[in-house]
Amino acid sequence: MVDFGGWDMPVQYSGIIDEHNTVRNAVGLFDVSHMGELEIRGPEAGKLADFVTTNNVAKLKIGQAHYSGLLYEHGGFVDDILVHKVADDHYFLCVNASNQDKDFEHIRSLNRFDAEVENNGDKYAQLAIQGPKARATLQKLTPVDLAAIKYYWFTDGEVSGTPARIAHTGYTGEDGFEIYVPPSEAARMWNLVLEAGAEFGIKPAGLGARNTLRLEAKMALYGHEIDASISPLEAGLDWIVKFDKGEFVGRAALLKQKESGLTRQLVGFEMRGRGIGRDGYEVYLNGTPAGWVTSGSPSPTLGKNIGLCYLPTAQAQTGKAIQIMIRNQPVDAVTVETPFYKRAK
Amino acid sequence: MYPENFRYTKEHEWIHVEGDTGTIGITDHAQEELGDIVYVDLPKPGTHIEQGKSLGSVESVKAVSDVYSPVSGEVLEANALLADSPEKLNEDPHAAAWLVKVKLRAPAEVENLMTAADYQTYIGAEK
Repeated sequence: MVDFGGWDMPVQYSGIIDEHNTVRNAVGLFDVSHMGELEIRGPEAGKLADFVTTNNVAKLKIGQAHYSGLLYEHGGFVDDILVHKVADDHYFLCVNASNQDKDFEHIRSLNRFDAEVENNGDKYAQLAIQGPKARATLQKLTPVDLAAIKYYWFTDGEVSGTPARIAHTGYTGEDGFEIYVPPSEAARMWNLVLEAGAEFGIKPAGLGARNTLRLEAKMALYGHEIDASISPLEAGLDWIVKFDKGEFVGRAALLKQKESGLTRQLVGFEMRGRGIGRDGYEVYLNGTPAGWVTSGSPSPTLGKNIGLCYLPTAQAQTGKAIQIMIRNQPVDAVTVETPFYKRAK
Repeated sequence: MYPENFRYTKEHEWIHVEGDTGTIGITDHAQEELGDIVYVDLPKPGTHIEQGKSLGSVESVKAVSDVYSPVSGEVLEANALLADSPEKLNEDPHAAAWLVKVKLRAPAEVENLMTAADYQTYIGAEK
């Protein structure tokens, strides 16, 4: 067990590679109750949500969710979040555990609308059921027709008689669901899902596999690919920035960055030499320091050592020979297309 | 689980001393904590190592960790098995997947290390 922002979290159960492959090929169960939940309510809840995030909240339908950025005025990330539209006057935000209090204060400080912000992390436990057999597993426990929930939509229903928010979302690059339940029901839900998935070979999965799965799918991790010093444009997250929607916090800084051109960009790489380029390692171009690794790991799916790094924009093309400084030794790598893994639809 | 004739370090290495040579490895507890091991970097024969200093590294999917030498001495042999099959370290850390054999420079150093019983108490308390 490791201490993860004050939470005792299992890094692995049967082993990262085994858990990873189980999610890619069958189904895995993650306890992600550490994730934070904020709720915005009130007649202008949507306006507040739109003002503090980069994606277009006004376009969300009731029951729909999207990935978004919570930015500072200077364009760097406060956090990356999921915004769920529960009702016209109710938005449910899933945020990173270690950022939850910061996010709450940040949104509250910008609240000049007829809306209330609630920090409700204690009211929800979250389980992620991920993998090609995720739907078949969860369907055994709920009357809700899961096949009718489109990707990045959600339904408030029941799982084994317990009220649950069932979202067709995930952080693995695989099909799957994330369910939000009362914390008092979390342990029972965990056991029920494991029983339901037994016929498909379900296994519990930890933070270690969550990291390798999301890295293969090139999903950002706060504190690695993104933080207060990085903008969504640099991180390749242009698709969550909707300049056309009107004013939002960080918009001016991002526009300026877009007009003057980005100085650095996130790029994927594969190791060519022996070694793993890990978080924080320096990246060299022709013998000169040029950037840094944000995440790196063996890829269980590809059987290669992969990673993400920041490089100057002019150098940030695929097929570029780079060196990563691994324990004071430059090791060859090459930049590649991302995502590293994309599931067959 | 933890052989009585080995001695153990707080950093989860073991040493088995026979005469003036010692065989060094990492403990079952260490491999369990590290998870799937993908690289093992070991010193070449003839390298001088110091008690408490890094002699090499073990890298798992999760992280890279130094291996600290339980004793001072000279490396006689590094386990060639681990270059091609690092996963053996997960399977058999106390026998086939030993790391290095060394010629001890100061055999009395071994007395500073934990017995099997002490080590088991130590990892029990660490959890």
